[in-house]
Amino acid sequence: MSEPVVWLTIFILSIFVGVEVISKVSSTLHTPLMSGANAIHGIILLGAILVAGAATNTVELVIGLIAVVLAAVNMVGGFVVTDRMLQMFTRKRRPSGDGSPR
Amino acid sequence: MNAPVWVQLVYLAAAVCFILALKGLSSPRHARTGNLIGAIGAVVAVVVVFFYAHVDHLVPILVAIVIGSLGGLVGARRVQMTQMPQLVALFNGVGGGAAALVALLELSGLGDASEPAFTLVATAFTILVGAVSFAGSMVTFAKLQELMTTRPVLFPGLPVVFGIVLAGALAAAVLTVTSSAISLAVILAVLGLLFGVLLVLPVGGADVPIVISLLNAFTGLTVAAGGYVLGNTLLLVAGTLVGASGTFLTKLMAAAMGRSVLNILFGAFKGGSTLGGGTASDRPVRSGSPEDVAILLGYAQKVIVVPGYGLAVAQAQHTLRELVDVLGVRGVQVDYAIHPVAGRMPGHMNVLLAEAQVPYEQLREMDDINGEFKQADVALVVGANDVVNPAAQTTPGAPIYGMPILHADEAQQVVFLKRSMRPGFAGIDNELLFDPKTTLLFGDAKESLGKVLNAVKSL
Repeated sequence: MSEPVVWLTIFILSIFVGVEVISKVSSTLHTPLMSGANAIHGIILLGAILVAGAATNTVELVIGLIAVVLAAVNMVGGFVVTDRMLQMFTRKRRPSGDGSPR
Repeated sequence: MNAPVWVQLVYLAAAVCFILALKGLSSPRHARTGNLIGAIGAVVAVVVVFFYAHVDHLVPILVAIVIGSLGGLVGARRVQMTQMPQLVALFNGVGGGAAALVALLELSGLGDASEPAFTLVATAFTILVGAVSFAGSMVTFAKLQELMTTRPVLFPGLPVVFGIVLAGALAAAVLTVTSSAISLAVILAVLGLLFGVLLVLPVGGADVPIVISLLNAFTGLTVAAGGYVLGNTLLLVAGTLVGASGTFLTKLMAAAMGRSVLNILFGAFKGGSTLGGGTASDRPVRSGSPEDVAILLGYAQKVIVVPGYGLAVAQAQHTLRELVDVLGVRGVQVDYAIHPVAGRMPGHMNVLLAEAQVPYEQLREMDDINGEFKQADVALVVGANDVVNPAAQTTPGAPIYGMPILHADEAQQVVFLKRSMRPGFAGIDNELLFDPKTTLLFGDAKESLGKVLNAVKSL
């Protein structure tokens, strides 16, 4: 297989996984799900680090660093705020005797 | 250019973490663990970069990561649960912005080397859609934070301007691909920003939550395309996962409102004389005292509570839960009817009530509970309006027409706790307020609920 076809394969399969994996979500969890998905695309941080690290002049470096800051906000903030929301959902289960450690 | 095999394997593991994270988020039991797995995957994938790639400017980059992380952390810790939708919009926007900047830099790094056309197409896509997502999210943020009007913003010739910007952006995209000139790419980014603003401006306040979800999907696809440009499989997989699930979620939500996504985005273009002038607000209504409401509730058999955003703004969720507890002790059966778009974001009300430790067996979804309003003695509507507005079913042309509503109007008695006669987020009047069986209790939701609570206790 030529390389673009490999990429296309990964892309198409990922679409199916993405839809399949959330197809049974209850509307109770729509907000945390959206927020969690939001955090996942913060992985662009990886790309931002790569381009900032390859910058050859000041303008490129500054733009790259801005991208790094923005992506880090997205990724870290996204996961933390999702956790904060989900914490409230699990706390509520404890009176019903789940008993598992947090 | 390509990462060594061990790095590719780490990326694969991280991609699996992301899939598990999304999967976990579909059920309350495993959601928190899932999110943690996703976070670990992300952190490991980022750390690995420094061990295989040649990264110059190490110190400034690390400082930038720390600054961004702290910013995100503080925002995430400080935010009120009521402001969650704004925060998600903001985080989404900066992610899209970051992707667009990455693509711009990658293009300038390519120089005039003859890259495969498809790489350039993906680059142009990332720049354009990333800019759209950034600008659109910022306008969404401004609308939700009420920094600007929540009504659809329309001006004469908007469709024409919209068309011109779209055509310009597409032309700039094509030229960027053919010439790979950085100046054209910058123009493309600017047009993308403009397009993002024009896309969200005409969307009415009540539909903004769906736009957040859509822009989230956009950012996902942007990141996926960025992954192709950079030759990074993890970005491709992660971005595609988010793009696909986001698109699916958007369709699901639009269906919950009885609308199509296109109708939500462009509905306001079709002429907007029905955007609610608040004409009927001087008509007589029946307002009652907290004691009247307490008697209605205290001697009822079955009460259905319809919580809305007003409840959350007043931070009254805890008082409401106390009232429900007291009613429960009196033998009144109480349920919460949750509209899928109650609050400012789908599922938002569940988060808010979870914060107040309402057991989630009492939270009933719309389709599940709608048939029961007929048997309810009282429908207690706290700070909600649009989600019980019969105009959604009786008035074609109303901005919310077609949206499924909670049938509070079918209960024996309806009690509204409202701050004022001001119309809801959608900006239209609610006939139910003027119904003879409706009692209104004006005031801050928390104060009103407190008074009702005391009155019920002394019955």
